[in-house]
Amino acid sequence: MKSKPKVAFFDFACCEGCQLQVANMGELLLEVLEIVDIVEFREIMSEKWDGQFDIAFVEGSITDEHATERVKKIRERSKILVALGSCATIGGVNGMKNSFPLEEVRRYVYGEFHKFFPTVETKAVHQVVKVDYFIHGCPIYQPEFLTVLKCILQGIPYYVPEYPVCVECKLNENVCMYDRGLSCMGPVTKAGCNSWCINNGNICYGCRGLTVNPNTEGFKEVLRKHNIPEDFLIKKIEMYNKCKELDK
Amino acid sequence: MSKYVSINVNYLTRVEGHGNIKVEIKDGKVEICRLEIVESPRFFEAFLRGRSIYEAPHITSRICGICSCGHTLASIQAAENALGINPTEQTTLLRKLLLHYELLDSHILHIYFLVAPDLFKVASFVPLIKTHPNIVRYALKMKRLCNELCDILVGRHVHPISAVVGGFTKLPTISELEDMYRKLIELRKYTEITVELFSKFNFPEFERDTEYVALVNDEDEYPLLYGDIGSTDGYRVDKHEYKNVTNEFIVSYSTAKRTKWHRESYAVGALARFNLNHKKLHSKASEAAVTLNLKPKCINPYLNTLAQVVECVHCTEDAIKIIELLMQRGINYDEVIVPDINEKNILPVRAGEGVGVVEVPRGLLIHHYECDEKGIVINANCVIPTNQNLHNIELDMLKLLSEIINQSTDDITFSLEMLVRAYDPCISCSVHKLEFKVK
Repeated sequence: MKSKPKVAFFDFACCEGCQLQVANMGELLLEVLEIVDIVEFREIMSEKWDGQFDIAFVEGSITDEHATERVKKIRERSKILVALGSCATIGGVNGMKNSFPLEEVRRYVYGEFHKFFPTVETKAVHQVVKVDYFIHGCPIYQPEFLTVLKCILQGIPYYVPEYPVCVECKLNENVCMYDRGLSCMGPVTKAGCNSWCINNGNICYGCRGLTVNPNTEGFKEVLRKHNIPEDFLIKKIEMYNKCKELDK
Repeated sequence: MSKYVSINVNYLTRVEGHGNIKVEIKDGKVEICRLEIVESPRFFEAFLRGRSIYEAPHITSRICGICSCGHTLASIQAAENALGINPTEQTTLLRKLLLHYELLDSHILHIYFLVAPDLFKVASFVPLIKTHPNIVRYALKMKRLCNELCDILVGRHVHPISAVVGGFTKLPTISELEDMYRKLIELRKYTEITVELFSKFNFPEFERDTEYVALVNDEDEYPLLYGDIGSTDGYRVDKHEYKNVTNEFIVSYSTAKRTKWHRESYAVGALARFNLNHKKLHSKASEAAVTLNLKPKCINPYLNTLAQVVECVHCTEDAIKIIELLMQRGINYDEVIVPDINEKNILPVRAGEGVGVVEVPRGLLIHHYECDEKGIVINANCVIPTNQNLHNIELDMLKLLSEIINQSTDDITFSLEMLVRAYDPCISCSVHKLEFKVK
């Protein structure tokens, strides 16, 4: 029998919630363990592996020099590298830091001890090393994680939906947030989460990143129709998407 | 015999990335004994400034995936305190329910996935799949039940969706209440098994007296969601005076903020709550404490895990009670609220300052915000349980080392790792990532 693929999980600046989403699959995790060999997964395991990884899942953003070096080493040791969750795929909430001068941010949080806390501009993983698969979301949506895992194991690409969350939201028959007088990131955010937040009565915060080709004009029309100033939404876009500015 | 022992444990913490346990013993003398947090900071407090205070719970829940519901609740409390919003009785009940789910989920993760492997002397739960398949099955089953309970109540456990400033964006239907009730009854069965299982394990015998700090109040209920800050040394202050409790300080060799109140250090978490509020536990939880031989004031930090088991019983029983009450009262669906960033002015706005103090799985969590008249955050501060425990853990390590200094290096390492892990610092399992040198 061919040996099972060696899989590892790593984390950088993040809340480790996306790994937890994997650990939280409950008994399903046992089925996953039947087809892959998880060799490193610090959140729930102590085992360590010194060899090559067939699949490395990387969670978190890159925020200092040490992390830059570490992720490069992981890349060298991995056949396939997957960015897991928004902090890794688009920089996520960590990107909001980039709206401030770094020196000021350090002084604000750590006062006179700020010199102990080096930091660089927050970057998404693909802005530092090559990424083979993206699993967006804050946190990741478990069904999508399994879909991507199946694609990797079959050696086929996974295409993140390019249509907006609105498409899934309509199928779920939610009342449009704009019709309820609220502004929602759904029209410009990549689908794939099955409109998770709107199904639970909240707005979309845009955690999966902007659609590849957002219908900006259509979006502006929606904003005009509902009397929402455009700059009001810039701030909302920045909550998860600030690092997009660093994409070349 | 000249013996040089150097221990270096690298681990990741919940908030800020990397940390080390560093120990050096030379000729039988402890020269270095440190718990260092070498932080890769994310600067949440800094980038909250300029954002709407209504967004604060959404953003700060991203500080920690494991206790995201706790951060959400502390953040909501701070924001509502600043804005002068008083939650309804129904909202308070549902928040208490959410906090129970949070404690259950996190404690089960810690008890079974992080601590149990130590007790079975294996590296992780994976070898247990073969040797103890039933334990792994019901641990995963409990984890799954907790997740499903959160899914129903707030959309998901990691970064809850519907808990917001002002209330909930979605309220459970009657059939969802019934569903949660059935799941809790099932969970009750497993918590009983858990008490039975953990009553059979032997924990290291180690004691060090310290000040235990947790929420206290004058109600009959085990305080988790609100109260004053109290200590086993008999002190009690209003939550707004939290800075008089935390007294943050920095030691020369480490970069992380530490805290102390009346002694050199203090401890927060399940054991602190048990020591302060054991009389208010549900009767079944008190029985569990007897079965587990856990007695207040317990000063063995390793038994924090047993205090967590006791709390699992308490939270399950109290959650059942809350759902029974909600079914009896019925849910008022008119209370559904979607504030977003309050562009519709459905909630009051004012300039103000607010503090939220909540007992999250690892202990006292404090959020403190100041906002302007438009509700824009101008200042923010968060004090995390793991930081409050940091200095206490180190002092425990030091005393422990003096007691076990003649043991084999493997045994010393194991005891130290297990000690740190007992406090359940976020991602404590990484303590296993260890470099060990004997020269």
